[in-house]
Amino acid sequence: MKGREEIIAKIKDSLGKKALSVFEAKPNRLYVSIGPENITGAVKLLFEELLGRYVILTGIDTPAGIEVLYHFSFDGADLVVTLKVLLDKENPEAESITPIIKGAEWIEREIHELLGVEFSGHPNMKRLILAEDWPAGVYPLRRSFNGKAE
Amino acid sequence: MKKTVIPIGPYHPLQEEAGFFQLHVEGERVLDIDVEVGYNHRGIEKIAESRTYDQVPFLVERICGICSTSHPFAYVQAVEEIAGAEVPERALYIRTIIAELERLHSHLLWVGLAGHFLGYNTVFMWAWRYREPVLDIMEEVTGNRQNYAMMKVGGVRRDILDEDFVKIRKMVEDLGPVLDMFTGAVLDDPVIHARTKGVGVLTPEDARMYGAVGPTARASGVPIDVRRDDPYAAYDRVQWNVVTWQSGDVFGKAAVRLLEMRESVKIILQCLDQMKPGSIDANVKEIPPGEGIGHVEAPRGETFHYVRSDGSNRPIRHKVRAPSYTNVPTFKATCIGQTISDVTIILAAVDPCYSCTERMAVIEGASRKSSLSGYDLVSLSQERGREILSTLAGRVAQKELERKLAEGYRRIGERAC
Repeated sequence: MKGREEIIAKIKDSLGKKALSVFEAKPNRLYVSIGPENITGAVKLLFEELLGRYVILTGIDTPAGIEVLYHFSFDGADLVVTLKVLLDKENPEAESITPIIKGAEWIEREIHELLGVEFSGHPNMKRLILAEDWPAGVYPLRRSFNGKAE
Repeated sequence: MKKTVIPIGPYHPLQEEAGFFQLHVEGERVLDIDVEVGYNHRGIEKIAESRTYDQVPFLVERICGICSTSHPFAYVQAVEEIAGAEVPERALYIRTIIAELERLHSHLLWVGLAGHFLGYNTVFMWAWRYREPVLDIMEEVTGNRQNYAMMKVGGVRRDILDEDFVKIRKMVEDLGPVLDMFTGAVLDDPVIHARTKGVGVLTPEDARMYGAVGPTARASGVPIDVRRDDPYAAYDRVQWNVVTWQSGDVFGKAAVRLLEMRESVKIILQCLDQMKPGSIDANVKEIPPGEGIGHVEAPRGETFHYVRSDGSNRPIRHKVRAPSYTNVPTFKATCIGQTISDVTIILAAVDPCYSCTERMAVIEGASRKSSLSGYDLVSLSQERGREILSTLAGRVAQKELERKLAEGYRRIGERAC
């Protein structure tokens, strides 16, 4: 098992210029911003190469666009690494990571229906938590959602 | 052979998420399983955005009734990370004690129900009998048997009184040897071996692929436990072990939970010894802009909370990942190839919730006509247990188990006098 510094150094080194910003909030919390085009590469690095444990994805509606966070835990090294991607608000789209990590299937479906993010290459984009008769195109976790279907 | 679809669900309201399982079967054999969730979607993440930092613990406590302290525990840690708050030592110990008491009652509940589904009601009765003193102590210390309202940003809401120390210590000291005896009796029992060994195996590779956590992962030899890997509260101040098992089957998951309870007893006793009088609240007032992650080891595995603050009095985003969210999809790996009568216990082994199995029904092909109810499916599993119990060896085993359990009960009684 690699040490914490070694993992952080490897992430910085491998991502190089693809890492738009790197922020160490605490010694064991690392946040790395990347462009949407690099997401599968970065996830492969964390999950397959560095053997991080997939934890979950978080979707956030921000004024700048829809942000998707990919959380990975390196349990032996006491480190949680979060990849951040900012997607275009009008047309949020990212490549699916479910083909790499089966466990991500549900959360991508969830973010798709709550925030309207398109995950290209997702194998099973069925509705996960909203009711079957929920209107299409209404995303309840967006700031603009007022509790009513328009 | 004719293929049949068996729907299970959709409601099992005790769990964080109600689920609807569709088993595709051919004869007795399971070919595929589909899981649908969302029946109990309450929009808690959205609601959290309209609550103040102090109100959110009460909200997230109600995500789950069984592990109701784990969610506020993870949440307050995420907020404390943003605020850079130093939690007083006494509060850290109190948090640890509450979390471990919760693990004890949650695991005992599971063991009892697992016994029930196997048609082994002796185990069910005894496990729940041992669980009761834990809930009594919870009520004594926190005021509630569930939803304890102990966690707050910066500390805990209630102190543990000196007279409660004595009660907690007595309960835990009495429970320890009984748990040893109970664990031994259950793990040595030939009937339980016959029903759980080699059933519903989750490989370490699949555990990783699905992001399985907690006893579900540890039973497959994946040695992860947030309490050790990212120590919080007082877990780095006490001596205890992470329990793992290599088999990945239902037996392994039972073994991990049973042995883990002994570690909880160890942790609680050490906390009681080490605790010193002092403040229990850091009085955190302002939450600055920023983001924080809090994760704790709930009875079912890692509970993960992410909170983002813009400096106002409410979180602008609060993400919750309960352990079942990654454990439930492992059914895809564990149920396929198994028989229908084993599915009940395989689903139960992940400890998602039991009322789901009460809601099963067998439906024939395209007509979707119900042919077997949920009750029938639980009965199928129980019948299989009874068949084994009705053999001479089974009867001997049950007598032996009952003898051991009664002996443990007498021991509790003696100590109580």
